[in-house]
Amino acid sequence: MPATRSRSQRMLVWTALIATTIISLFPMYWLFVNAFTAIRGTPPLTPLLWPEWSLDNFGRLLGGTKNYTNWMINSLLVAGGVTSFHMIFDTLSGYAFAKKQFPGRDLMFWLVISTLMVPIHVTLAPLFIISNQFKLLDTLWALILPGTAQVFGIFLMRQYIQTLPGELIDAARIDGCGEFGVFWNVILPLCKPAIAALAIFTFVRNWNEFLWPVIALNRPQNYTLTVGVANLQGEFMTDYGIIFAGASLAAIPMIVFFLVFQNYFLEGVRMGAVKG
Amino acid sequence: MVNFVRKHGWSYLFVLPSMLTFSVFVLFPTLWAFVISFQKYSLVRGGAWMDPIYQNYVDAFTRLNGVFVSAIQNTLIYSAFTVTSSIVIGLVLASLIQPLSHRMRTFFRAAYYLPAVTSSLIVGMTWAYIYNAQWGFANYLLRLVGIAPVRWLSNPDIALGSITLSAVLTVPATAIVLYSAAMGSIPTEYYEAAELDGAGPIRKWWNITVPLIKSTTLYLVVLYTIASFEVFERIYVMVPSGVGNSTQTIVTQIYNNGFKDLNFGVASAQAFVLFVMIGVLAVFQFRALRSDVEY
Repeated sequence: MPATRSRSQRMLVWTALIATTIISLFPMYWLFVNAFTAIRGTPPLTPLLWPEWSLDNFGRLLGGTKNYTNWMINSLLVAGGVTSFHMIFDTLSGYAFAKKQFPGRDLMFWLVISTLMVPIHVTLAPLFIISNQFKLLDTLWALILPGTAQVFGIFLMRQYIQTLPGELIDAARIDGCGEFGVFWNVILPLCKPAIAALAIFTFVRNWNEFLWPVIALNRPQNYTLTVGVANLQGEFMTDYGIIFAGASLAAIPMIVFFLVFQNYFLEGVRMGAVKG
Repeated sequence: MVNFVRKHGWSYLFVLPSMLTFSVFVLFPTLWAFVISFQKYSLVRGGAWMDPIYQNYVDAFTRLNGVFVSAIQNTLIYSAFTVTSSIVIGLVLASLIQPLSHRMRTFFRAAYYLPAVTSSLIVGMTWAYIYNAQWGFANYLLRLVGIAPVRWLSNPDIALGSITLSAVLTVPATAIVLYSAAMGSIPTEYYEAAELDGAGPIRKWWNITVPLIKSTTLYLVVLYTIASFEVFERIYVMVPSGVGNSTQTIVTQIYNNGFKDLNFGVASAQAFVLFVMIGVLAVFQFRALRSDVEY
C-alpha cells in the first residue's frame, strides 16, 4: 500500500506502534528487571524500572535448589531428542508423501492430517496408562517418545517438498542414484531451510511444553524447566527473588534463540500456514 | 510380490518411522481414549464398562454441582474476548506496519513475536505477579492515578476478567506475521486501480486488503479458537488452587478429574466434549468465512 499519509496521521501510527511494542515487551522486561534486582522476600511495590544490576537472586537460585541445573539438562535432552527424531522422520515421510506413489499413501496421509484436529487432552489418559505399563513414567522417555509423534512436521515437510521440481529427482535417477541416494543427495540438501524452520519450531515447542510433563514426571530431579519453575512457587513462597530468577533463566535461552534465528522462525510460522 | 516390494518397498520404509510413532502415540491412544470414556478405568484392574454405558458423560456434567458447565462457560467467555481481540489487533497492527520500510517491518514483527517464544507458563507467572495484590505492577499503576488496590486474582467476580485481560494484552504474534505475509502477496495493481478510481486509504484497506486476506482470517480464527479452548498454563499458574468455580476451564477440569482424582473415564469424556466443540466450531467457521475471492 503506497504511503500517502499526512504528518498527523503518521504521528498517530507511530504512537500506536510504539505503544503496542511497549505493551508487548513490558511483562518480560518487568520479569527480567525483578530477576536482576536483589530481592529478598517480598518485592517493593514501586517497580525499579532501571535496576541496580545484581546477580544475587541467580546465586541463591542455583545455590538453593541443586535441581535447577538438572532441569536445564532435562529440558535440553527432551527438546533436543525430540527435535533430532523429527528432523529425520518428518523429512523421510514428507518426501514419500510428496513425491512417491504407493498404495495406501492417501489414506495414511489423510489419517495423519485428520488427527491434527484432535486435542492432545484426548490422548493424555491412554498415554499415562501406556507409560505406566512400560515403566516410562517419571523418566525423560515418557516425554521424548510421544513427542516424536507430533504430526505437524510431516505436513510441513510434505508441503515444502511438493514445491521442489520433480526433474531434479529424475535427473539424479538417470545419473544412477538409488532411492536412498536421491533422498540423501538431492532432497535433503534442498530441504535445509524447511528442516531448519521445523527444528527450531519443534525445539521451542518442546522446551516450553508443560501439561504432559507435569503429569508424567514425579521426582523433582526429573523435572523439566517448566515443571520445575512452576514448583518454585510452592517451594520459595516467601522469596520472590529466587522465583523471578528461575523464571527468567528458563525464558532467556528461547529469547536468545529467537534473536539468533529470527528469519527461520518467522519463515516457519508462515510456512506452517500455507494451504495446500 | 517381489515386484511390489521392489517398486514400493522404499516408500514404505520412508514413512515407516513416522507411521510407527504416529500409530502408537496418536492414533491408538485416540481410539483407546474413546473406549475409556465409556469405562471405569483402574491402573490395577484395567477397564470395566459403565452402566449405563454413557454414565461418564453424565457424570462429566453433573459432578460437583455441575462445575464442568461453569468451566465451559468460562472457557467460552475467555475465548470470545481473546479470539476477537487477537484478530482485530493482529489485523490493525499488520496493516499499520505494512507500508513501512522493509527494515522497520522486520523490526516490529520481531518485537511483537519475541514474547511468544517464551512458554505460556512463564508468561502466566509473570502476569500473576503483575496482578499481585500487595506489590504487583497493576496496583502500582492504579495507585499512581489514586485508585484503591484491586484483588485481581483472588476476587471471584473479577479473576476470570483479569486472566482474560492478560491474554488480550498479549499482542497476537502469529496473526501479525501471517497477516503481514498475506498482505505482502496482494498484487499492487489492485491498489493502483482503486487509486485511479479515487479511493482513499481506508476504502482501499476495507475493500481490497480485508477481503483478499479472508482465508488468512479464517485460518487464524480457527487457530486462536482452538488455542483458547485449550487454555491451561495461564490459569494453572495465575490461580493455582482456583477461585471457586469462577476460574475453572475445560482443561483444568480434565486435569483435575484425570490426574488428581485418577478418574480417567470422566476426564476422557470431558476431553471428547472439548474435541466435539473444536470440531463443530471449525466446521461452522469454515462455512461462515469460506473465501469467495480468488486472486
